[in-house]
Amino acid sequence: MASESITLTAVQEMPRPIGSVLHDWVVTVDHKKLGILYILYALVFLVIGGIEATIMRIQLIVPHNSFVSPQVFNRMFTMHGTTMIFFAAMPILFGFGNYLIPLMIGARDMAFPRLNAWSFWLTAFGGLLLYFSFVGANGLYGAGNAPDVGWFAYAPLTSRAFSVGHSTDFWTLGLLVSGFGSIGTAINILTTIVCMRCPGMTLGKMPLLVWLNLVMAAMVLLAISPLTAAQIMLSLDRFLGAHFFDTQAGGSAVMWMHFFWIFGHPEVYVLVIPAFAFVSEIIPVFSRKPIFGYPVMVAATIAIGFVGFSVWAHHMFTVGMNPYANSFFTITTMVIGVPTGIKIFNWIGTMWGGKIHFATPMLFCIAFLFQFLIAGLTGIMLAASPFDWQLGNSYFVVAHFHYVIVGAILFALFGAFYYWFPKMSGKMYNERLGKLHFWFFLIGFHLTFDSMHIPGLLGMPRRIYTYEPGRGWDIWNLICTIGVFFQILGTAVFVGNLLWSLFKGKAAGNDPWDAWTLEWSTSSPPVEYNFAEIPVVRSRRPLWDIKHPEDPDWQYE
Amino acid sequence: MSSTSSAATSIELNWVLPQRGHVGMLSLIAAELAIFTIFVVAYLFYIGKSLTGPLPKDVLELPIFATICLLSSSATIHFAVRALQNGKVRAFGTWWFATMALGFIFLGETGREWHHLIYEKGLTISTNLFGTTYYSLVGLHAFHVTVGLICLAIAMVLTLLGKVKQSHGDRVDVFSLYWHFVDAVWIVVFTVVYVIGR
Repeated sequence: MASESITLTAVQEMPRPIGSVLHDWVVTVDHKKLGILYILYALVFLVIGGIEATIMRIQLIVPHNSFVSPQVFNRMFTMHGTTMIFFAAMPILFGFGNYLIPLMIGARDMAFPRLNAWSFWLTAFGGLLLYFSFVGANGLYGAGNAPDVGWFAYAPLTSRAFSVGHSTDFWTLGLLVSGFGSIGTAINILTTIVCMRCPGMTLGKMPLLVWLNLVMAAMVLLAISPLTAAQIMLSLDRFLGAHFFDTQAGGSAVMWMHFFWIFGHPEVYVLVIPAFAFVSEIIPVFSRKPIFGYPVMVAATIAIGFVGFSVWAHHMFTVGMNPYANSFFTITTMVIGVPTGIKIFNWIGTMWGGKIHFATPMLFCIAFLFQFLIAGLTGIMLAASPFDWQLGNSYFVVAHFHYVIVGAILFALFGAFYYWFPKMSGKMYNERLGKLHFWFFLIGFHLTFDSMHIPGLLGMPRRIYTYEPGRGWDIWNLICTIGVFFQILGTAVFVGNLLWSLFKGKAAGNDPWDAWTLEWSTSSPPVEYNFAEIPVVRSRRPLWDIKHPEDPDWQYE
Repeated sequence: MSSTSSAATSIELNWVLPQRGHVGMLSLIAAELAIFTIFVVAYLFYIGKSLTGPLPKDVLELPIFATICLLSSSATIHFAVRALQNGKVRAFGTWWFATMALGFIFLGETGREWHHLIYEKGLTISTNLFGTTYYSLVGLHAFHVTVGLICLAIAMVLTLLGKVKQSHGDRVDVFSLYWHFVDAVWIVVFTVVYVIGR
């Protein structure tokens, strides 16, 4: 078996026509290729979503600007939100999960390789469907093209009467299709982790990244499905004249909010838990210490997974719920800060007394720690319902969740890119450019999102296409937009670094970081079958055991 | 990673993990459960909120016969799986066919009920909130029965062609999980639509 595969690889290394290479990528069921496809696909959408954000920030740079029309502005914030959540963040995290999980648990592929390919292509076509609305959604009505109902698409804005044409239908169907893809991937990740671990890798010896992805996959199963159900209902309303969200026939608009946010809030944890996973792998390696409090980290993640399903209505405080609901969701939202706080202390505990190497991945993780802390603190502020009544739907909220999604998730993702790029490509990235990227992005991030809190506190609502001068918002909006250009600069350096390193970078070797998890025992990039011989592990750091036979971990665990 | 100490070898020898088919199907069922939950919640929330008739108490009758058929198909598929795991392919085929027949009867009964409601009682999905929630919840369940019947039919054809062997027992068992799930959901739908909602 192994020798057959080796001869096959030797054949593949001969130069081949480009068509045949592309064909390989299209029909592949290999988890590593699918992981890379997910990541590249998501990077394209990350750039598209970034362009949409830039258009909005240019429009808001000064009061009474007319860079884009109000209609276009509405489309931009709808498409920006939808794209970033469903077609950038989720696929990119699934991509890393796909690539890393089988390698980390000593498996040759995912549990269901064909389901894996099917899920990817569903996600990919879901994104294309959403963007096809720009050309296709005009329909016969001559109405607006891209969806403009906001990324949470509140009823009755989505009803036929208020959203003519097919833009909302493209939004619904795009998310429905990619949702099926997400459920497929979640089933695959969960099954892979439960059923494909190499001998010796008990649940308590899995790398934290694997544990956290297990919790993430379980959350996807239970969180994406309500969205799927709600989208089916919305489609029935729009196509067959059903009345789920039709207030004129006794339907309830608040029902949609509940159904959307019962997906929407767990979704935040679906995105941030893989980010935690990256940080939990990178910080120990660059602190030269094993993770501090492994069992507590696992328990905290599972606690987040459970409590994460009972906080959704904190998105709805301003809707006007009864005092019991307000109190319940205030308390649960504050409670979820506890396991999250435990994690922050454990990461700091890991760094404490370690020999810290300030390489690019570590820099991003340290920035993650600070920014995630601040995001959590503004989260606690907004969790208090009376405070939220004042600031709900303001720029303060926008600043808060961008602190989570950009300041925490995107920073952790950049760290993960630099950390695993040598494994995926076999080449080392340029450290100097990596640090340049870090500093540009850090400055840009703080210019944009720190300054965004203040107009929010001064009463600037989200989703307005322009504003009056002289309300104290002008200077903050200006600074906010200037920050965007630093972020663009940082991203350009990042993409340039990846491309340059891919062609000109020096060979990375199997284990450039002197790390401890199984993916670093394979070649860079790993061969198609990952491991010639399925490894046997006896501790949480199998590579440490090999490198230090005189002092292996399993003597202490 | 080829440390061949005696401890490592014993780990390798005693290493058994759950079967991926079962875990995968249970994950799918978890996701399906969440979808059904949302539709059930919508149904319960909209009970008695219709602004116009017809109302459930005027038009719905208890589908006792269909329910008996669907629930007993859980037993027949169980016997089918057991038969195949014991290598009795003929008995498997018989029980499998019985499962299929019961599923078809259930679907036919649903069709009859819908025909009655649409053409004689004038209730469609757009009539009122009852119609909206009734057709979507019962329809979602009927869709799952249909998918199950397609899978049953494929396996039936393969059985008749003589391609099904004892070694396929586990795969058939994985499918039976889905079928049991569809039956269990019917108990919930029955309770919500025909007992609580009427």
